[in-house]
Amino acid sequence: MKRAFILLLLVVVGWVLADTFSQINFGESRMGDIKQQETVGAYYLNNTVEKLSVANVVTAIVVNYRGFDTLGEVTVLFLAASGLASILYRRKKRGEHDVMILKNSSQLLQTGAKLIFPAILVLGAYVFIHGHLTPGGGFQGGAIIASGFLLMFMAYKDYHVSHNVLTWVESIAGILFVSVGIWGLISGATFLENILGTGTLNDLVSGGIIPLIYIAVGFKVAAELTGVLETLLNFKTEK
Amino acid sequence: MIFNIIFFSLLAIIILAAAIYAVVQKDLLYAVIATGVISLVLSIYFFIMQAPDVALTEAAIGIALTTIIFVITIRNTSRREDEIPVNKEPDREEETK
Repeated sequence: MKRAFILLLLVVVGWVLADTFSQINFGESRMGDIKQQETVGAYYLNNTVEKLSVANVVTAIVVNYRGFDTLGEVTVLFLAASGLASILYRRKKRGEHDVMILKNSSQLLQTGAKLIFPAILVLGAYVFIHGHLTPGGGFQGGAIIASGFLLMFMAYKDYHVSHNVLTWVESIAGILFVSVGIWGLISGATFLENILGTGTLNDLVSGGIIPLIYIAVGFKVAAELTGVLETLLNFKTEK
Repeated sequence: MIFNIIFFSLLAIIILAAAIYAVVQKDLLYAVIATGVISLVLSIYFFIMQAPDVALTEAAIGIALTTIIFVITIRNTSRREDEIPVNKEPDREEETK
């Protein structure tokens, strides 16, 4: 009965979605030609590339125009991670071993993880440093780095990341984010205003404060997600 | 055009099948892997619909991190859906192992 109800619910939701989207042809914009309209979306699309010299408009909206919202998102992620840690984290007693992963994984996974782990870290760093030029950004790069640490956790049973290091990285990244915003206040503009020069399009150092903020967000997200994984893997039901 | 329609229909069928499988499957480990398959196909969709930012997020978080977090949780609790007793003491599981 419950399963039939769930399936019925899925069918109804799918039918409503299909009915909505069937009126739009494939690949066509719902709003018509948005660049001709006088909406805020049209303003972003028409002015971002010239005024900010940022090739990735999504990044410009997320960090430059809606920077305060991004600060809120990062705070939500921080609160979720620290809530999880406050419930599950406990210090290991002397002579105590991990319960979760009892035996070493296969030789294949160990060698592969050792080989590919630096490449994953470099890819994550590339994604958040080039956030204003190519697709991606702080959240994506941080998640990629955390998945690299996940690979190491799965391959080696003795692999640990110190919680102190994670806390310091996360705190310094958060302070950097907020201090970039306060820097805008000090120099006479608003909070998180883009006060630096924007440079030329497609340069690595361009777009004002966008690369700075995305580097901070990348470190912060990577530290938080790695901390979540570390806490979960070392959690043990108490006897 | 015909190729597009066939390709998208195939992806949609995979998503639907994986979703229904995740709902009806009693073995929670298989259900979690099925949700990972949903995320995989969804990230392909995002990439084709010209949203590579969202596709990257979905690939890293939806496929890798969320799936593994669920797997860890299943290892700490119980694997089958109908095995969970009501009002189970958390320490009884350790004794039976």
